[in-house]
Amino acid sequence: MRLARMPGALASLTVLILIALACLIGPALTGHDFERAYPDLRQLPAGLPAQPDAAHLGPALERLAFRMRVRLDAVEREGDALRLTLASDAGVDRRSLVYLPRSALFGAPMIVEERDGGRTLVVAVPLRRLYFPLGTDVQGRDLLTRCLAAGRISLAIGLAASLVALLIGVAYGATAGFLGGAADAVMMRFVDVLYALPFVFFVILLLVFFRPSLTLMLVAIAAVEWLDMARVVRAQTLSLRERDFVRAAHALGVGAPGIIARHIVPNTLAPVAVTATLLVPQVILLESFLSFLGLGVQEPQTSWGVLVADGARSIEAAPHMLAAPAAFLIATLVALNLFGDALADALDPSAG
Amino acid sequence: MIRFILRRLAQAVPTLLVVVTVSFFLMRLAPGGPFDLERPLAPAALENLRRVYGLDRPLIVQFGSYLAALAQGDLGPSFSFRDMSVLDLIARGLPVSALLGTLALVLATGLGVGLGIAAALRRGGVIDRLLGIGAALTLSLPSFVVAPLLQIAFGLTLRWLPLSGWADGAPSHLVLPVITLALPQVGALARLTRASLGEILRTQPVRTMRSLGLPPIRVTRHALRGALLPVVAYLGPLAASLLTGSVVVETIFGLPGIGRYFVEGALNRDYTLVMGTVLLVAGLVMTLNLAADLACAWLDPRLRVAT
Repeated sequence: MRLARMPGALASLTVLILIALACLIGPALTGHDFERAYPDLRQLPAGLPAQPDAAHLGPALERLAFRMRVRLDAVEREGDALRLTLASDAGVDRRSLVYLPRSALFGAPMIVEERDGGRTLVVAVPLRRLYFPLGTDVQGRDLLTRCLAAGRISLAIGLAASLVALLIGVAYGATAGFLGGAADAVMMRFVDVLYALPFVFFVILLLVFFRPSLTLMLVAIAAVEWLDMARVVRAQTLSLRERDFVRAAHALGVGAPGIIARHIVPNTLAPVAVTATLLVPQVILLESFLSFLGLGVQEPQTSWGVLVADGARSIEAAPHMLAAPAAFLIATLVALNLFGDALADALDPSAG
Repeated sequence: MIRFILRRLAQAVPTLLVVVTVSFFLMRLAPGGPFDLERPLAPAALENLRRVYGLDRPLIVQFGSYLAALAQGDLGPSFSFRDMSVLDLIARGLPVSALLGTLALVLATGLGVGLGIAAALRRGGVIDRLLGIGAALTLSLPSFVVAPLLQIAFGLTLRWLPLSGWADGAPSHLVLPVITLALPQVGALARLTRASLGEILRTQPVRTMRSLGLPPIRVTRHALRGALLPVVAYLGPLAASLLTGSVVVETIFGLPGIGRYFVEGALNRDYTLVMGTVLLVAGLVMTLNLAADLACAWLDPRLRVAT
C-alpha cells in the first residue's frame, strides 16, 4: 500500500486517531464535568499550576464570608489545608459552614476551636487542588473538558452527516450512471438544478424558522453535501457499465439492482473513499459555521463551533477561549484534508 | 452558441420557480410571524397590520399575488425596515457585497493561480511542497476563526486597521474582510491549478513540444490554456458565493451587505426580504455559472460541439 509510505498521511492519521480518542475518553479523565461551573474561577488563563491559587483564593473567601454572614479575621495556610478564623457579633451559624464544600474549592470543614461563646469559630478546611490546563470559560467551566466534549459532537455530526450524504450520493449516482440515457439525463439535470440553489441560505432558513435541533441539522447538512458524491459515482459508473464483467453479469441474467450492488458500487470505492474523506471536514466546517451563528448545536450541548463563537465574543479579555477550540477544530480539519489528499494520490494510478 | 444560451436561460426559469416555491412555503409553514414583537400587539392592531400586508388571505392566494408581482420585477415591501421596499434594500446591500466579493475574487485568483502555476512547473520544489501543506491549512481555516484573529492582530494589537464597520467603503475598512474572504480560496485555486496544469504537462503533445525545443515559456502558455478549464469552471460558483456576500464575514465585520440583510430578514421573519435575497443569490449563481460555461467553451473548442 502506497499510503503507508507517505509520512504526511501517517502523521495526519495519527493526529486524527489521537483527537478522536481524546474526545472519546478524555472528558472522563480531566476530573471535571463539561457543564460544571466554578464561579470563583472564571476566565482563568491556560496553565498547569493547581487552582485556586493565591490570587483567586482571597476573593473567593471574601465572597464566601459575605454569604455566610461572618467576618474573616484570619486565614492561615498549612500545606493543603486552611485555618480560618470566622467571627460574627450575632454568633457564627454552624450551618453556614456547608457553603465551604459547596463552592467546590474546599473539602469538608472541621471545627477546631470555639471562642467568645460562639461568636468566633476556628475552622480547618482542606483545600482542593483543581487543574485547568487550558483555562476556564466565562462561567468558570474547564475549557479542556469542554473542548473534548464538544469534539464528540462535532466529530459525530461530521461522520453521521457524511455517512448519510455518502449513502444518498452513491445510490443516486450509481443508479443514474447505470441506467444511462433519458433516466440519467433527468436525474443529473435534477442534480444541476440543486447545485444552483443557494443551499446554505436554505439551511439557515430552515434552522431559523424551525427550532434548531441536531436531527434537523444532520438532515440539512446531508441534503446539501450528497451532490458531489453523486457526480463522482455517476462518472465512474458510466465507464464501468461498458466493462466486460458487467456485461457478463448482465448476460447471466443478474438484474440491475444486483449488478449495481455487486459489481458497480464495489468498483467505485476508491474515488468514493477519497470524496468521503474530503467530505467529513466540509461537514464539520458547515456544522461549526451553523453553530457559530447560533443555529446549530444548542446549550447545554456544545460543539467546536459553539466554543469558537464563545471565544470570539470574549476575545479581548480571554484570547485562550478562542485559541483552544480553534486549535482543535483546525487540527482536525487540516489532518482530514491532508489525509484525503494523500489517499487521492495513493489511489491515483497516473501519479508517480 | 445562441441556442445553448437560450436553452440555459429557459432552464433557469423552472429552477428559480423551485427556489421561490420552496422558500415561500418553508417560511410560511414555520411557526411565528413578522409582527411577533416582544410586547405583543393589540389584537385589533395585529389584524390591521395583517390586512395591510395581505397576510390574512389564503396562503395560495398570497403566493399567486407574490408571483404576479415578481413577474413585473416587484419584490414587495420589507416587513421589518419601515417604508423600504426589498428592491431598495438590495440596491443598498448589493454594492457592498459586490465590492468586497470582487476584490476578494481578484486577490484569490491572482495569488491562487500564480502559486498553482509555480508549483506545477517545479514539482517537488519549495513552492510545491509548501503549497501541499498551505492549501490544506487555508482550506481548514474557518472564516469565523480567521476574522477574529485578524481583528486582534491588526485592529487591537497593531492598531493599523479599523476593527469593523463600513464607513462608506473606506479602503482601510475593506482590507480585513477581503483577506478573510479570499484566504480559503487561495488554497483551493492553487491546488486546482497545480493539479490540472501538472496533468497537462505530462501529456504527449506537451512532451512533443518540449522535445522539439520550444522555449519553456511558450510550452507553458499552450498548456495553460487547457489547464485553466477546471479553474474557470470553479470560478463561476465561487464568484457567485463571493459576490452575494458572506453571512459570517458581514456579521463579524458589521458590513451592511446582502448576507447581513438575509440574516436579519430571517431572524425578523421578514418574508419578502428573505425571498428577495434568496432569489437574488439564486439568480446570480445561475448567471455566473452560465458565464463560466461560456468561458470554458471559448477556451476549449471541443465543448462547443458537445453543447
